[in-house]
Amino acid sequence: MPNRPLLCLAALLGVAAGVSAQEKPQVFTGAQIIPISGAPIAHGVLIVAGGKIIAVGPVDKISLPVGAEIHDVTGKVLMPGLVDSHSHIGSGSGGDGSGPIQPEARVLDSLDARDASIQKARAGGITTVNVMPGSGHLISGQTLYLKLRTARTVDDLLIKLPDGTNAGGLKMANGTNSMRGANGFPGTRAKSAALVREEYIKAQEYRDKIKRAAGDAEKLPPRDLALEEIGEVLAGQRIVQNHTHRHDDILTVLRLSQEFGFKVVLHHVSEGWKVAPEIAAAHAPCSVIMIDSPGGKLETKDADWRTPAILEQAGVLVGFHTDDPICDSRRFLRSAALAVRAGMTRPGALAAVTIANAKILGLDDRVGSLEPGKDADFIVLSADPLSVYAHIEQTWVEGTKVFDLSRPADHLYAVGGAGAGDSRRAQLCCFTSAWDLIANANNGGEQ
Amino acid sequence: MKTITRLSLLVSSLIALGVGHAENIAVMGETVYTMAGEPLKAGVILISNGKIAAIGPKASINIPDGYRILKAVVVTPGLIDAHATVGLSGLLNQAQDQDMLEKSSAVQPELRALDAYNAKDPLVGWVRSYGVTTVNTGHAPAALISGQTMIVKTFGRTADEDVINPAAMTAVTLGRNGLTNTEGGPAASKSPGNRSKAVAMLRAELIKAQEYAKKRAAKDESKRPGRDLKVETLLRALTGVQPLLITANRQQDIISALRIAKEFNLKIVLDGCADAPMVLDQIKASGFSVIVHPTMQRSYEDMENLSVETAGKLHAAGIPIALQSSYEAYVPKTRVVLFEAAIAAAHGLSFEAALASITSGAATLLGIADRTGSLVPGKDADLALYDGDPFEYTSHCTGTIVGGMIFADGAH
Repeated sequence: MPNRPLLCLAALLGVAAGVSAQEKPQVFTGAQIIPISGAPIAHGVLIVAGGKIIAVGPVDKISLPVGAEIHDVTGKVLMPGLVDSHSHIGSGSGGDGSGPIQPEARVLDSLDARDASIQKARAGGITTVNVMPGSGHLISGQTLYLKLRTARTVDDLLIKLPDGTNAGGLKMANGTNSMRGANGFPGTRAKSAALVREEYIKAQEYRDKIKRAAGDAEKLPPRDLALEEIGEVLAGQRIVQNHTHRHDDILTVLRLSQEFGFKVVLHHVSEGWKVAPEIAAAHAPCSVIMIDSPGGKLETKDADWRTPAILEQAGVLVGFHTDDPICDSRRFLRSAALAVRAGMTRPGALAAVTIANAKILGLDDRVGSLEPGKDADFIVLSADPLSVYAHIEQTWVEGTKVFDLSRPADHLYAVGGAGAGDSRRAQLCCFTSAWDLIANANNGGEQ
Repeated sequence: MKTITRLSLLVSSLIALGVGHAENIAVMGETVYTMAGEPLKAGVILISNGKIAAIGPKASINIPDGYRILKAVVVTPGLIDAHATVGLSGLLNQAQDQDMLEKSSAVQPELRALDAYNAKDPLVGWVRSYGVTTVNTGHAPAALISGQTMIVKTFGRTADEDVINPAAMTAVTLGRNGLTNTEGGPAASKSPGNRSKAVAMLRAELIKAQEYAKKRAAKDESKRPGRDLKVETLLRALTGVQPLLITANRQQDIISALRIAKEFNLKIVLDGCADAPMVLDQIKASGFSVIVHPTMQRSYEDMENLSVETAGKLHAAGIPIALQSSYEAYVPKTRVVLFEAAIAAAHGLSFEAALASITSGAATLLGIADRTGSLVPGKDADLALYDGDPFEYTSHCTGTIVGGMIFADGAH
């Protein structure tokens, strides 16, 4: 009972915040705009309202709405918010050590929306992210696609699909990470594939039983969370996001995907360069990781920075991911730049952190490029996005600024320092929390 | 299919180049950062017998016949990684190629990097392909005293041929990472289990070394103690010949390191120093140098407070710094100092100060400035060639010259 007035207050404030962020059109003018969906615009204008993009184009060709709030971003670079197709921010979890196949485990039930890693991702310009369970299982659980809105709980971050469900994929893995050889975990690659095939066949039979029951409660099999989940994959409603490094493991994933007809994205693909034509022929997109040196484990000894370029040339849809904390979300653009260093085209590399990843997550109808009607997710940079000297100055999600480098608390998350590992302070819409007052006072002297 | 062939060809050419020999070379750079004065525009460096024979503006240098000519947009001294474990913590990360930590005891100063260094590990070639020519490598920061470091050139021949200082520093770790009961710590030891015990053990070892020195000086030869490798190593720290490299990230550990240095009148080098911005005055007053943590190191536990701005803040305070690749247990198996310096250059350290932190500054800190770290006649011909700003993500290292030996197998 004592909670009630507070909850009501929060709800009211929430509504108020929503309205204030959306009522006035906002205009960002003067920046070089990289829309991704088309050629860069030297002096561009972006107009957003109601959390959506209204217009984007050259300064001299776009008329500004009356009463708009104008943001002069002359000299800056503006591009879509980054989409990270594989991350572990928010301290989430998936399956535990009890077995290799746990599709019923959900990141949803474990995510800390205030974890510092989420604020650091905002500082890195990431606005949409696929948060995955780990790779220590053949099937480790349901991933969660998030929008990095200012959030108090995981519910504030969710992406709702038209049917009301939460957007997400299914995390699978093969190769050595899931070969633990005890507790029912496989000890070999052949056993790994056999276990996955058995699970998918079970799910097919479960699906068929439900179909045959035709709604007759007597004939329906008992609910099975794991098989229901695989059923979504079989029905094409959920994309398999598959960790895989070695070229033979990549081919195994493609073989299973073909056998059961599921949509799959290949993640990491350290040896993708060895089987680029096969990946292209299977129309499997790749989400590549860029690590500062090869090795660290046997199956990544042949990892090569030229993989994105080779896959791109072969016609594969290529995205990048941070795998945060493996790569720092704040350096996500660096992955694209290193790929260009190793031969990828610049448009391909910029797409790989935006629209290609949006496609990889099945969200390209709403994010990944600056086009009218899409979500107003964008970042403002001090210089070219592929330059080491560029700083991400602002990150906007659905028309609301979620990161501003000029704010001391945000600056701390961007560069590090004492307190950068702490959770995001309580978020209330209309006033500064006591914590922020203290943090600002403490940092005031040196910022 | 074409690409696959190209990649395998590349691998074989790498091997072939690994056994090259020093030749007469003229390197022409549009901009040459000598790190000994202002950068040269249109500079030429003549290399003979593995040394720099001459350097100056194009107009002032006569390139003799028969010199192999290499051209680059930017030329810098070969890069120096002031603290690594490359060559000891190998590419594969399997038990057989991991020699950076012996877990049988928390105190093993007698372990020499020289006896473990694998000059042919692919990661030695990896860091060289981005311009690194010299590495201070050795035992990892994960035991109270884990062993010694050596300074080695990245020729990739053998440890004995490539080494330039076989006993550079002795690695000490304070703080959580140096404790026995942490993940990866020496399993066979019960102690140290906390910070107080760690410092007590370190002091006890240093006192033992002092007393050993007195006894070894005894006039009566029969009363002198037998040789003790552990104590001899620490004695070299006490006499200032081989400084302690003390990894300390939390501010209280940095202060402990300074307290110990004062008690034993030690010359030390501070390492890591994530909390340095909190104790800048104390570090400055000590006069010691800092080998700053990699700017892109992950922030957790003792490194929780690390910042990409720390290198810049130390430099601004007038504290001598160098950057490092440090030790990585997983991926990336090694970092590359070029990339770490680049991030520092984008966050408060000037371009030239960032370059100095992996060239001339690092050479001074490591005591090898008479041989390398700047482009001056008579010094080793250690050079890195780039096709643009070396720190830019999209630039390439187009060649590395180690002691006059060219390693250039394409753009990296």
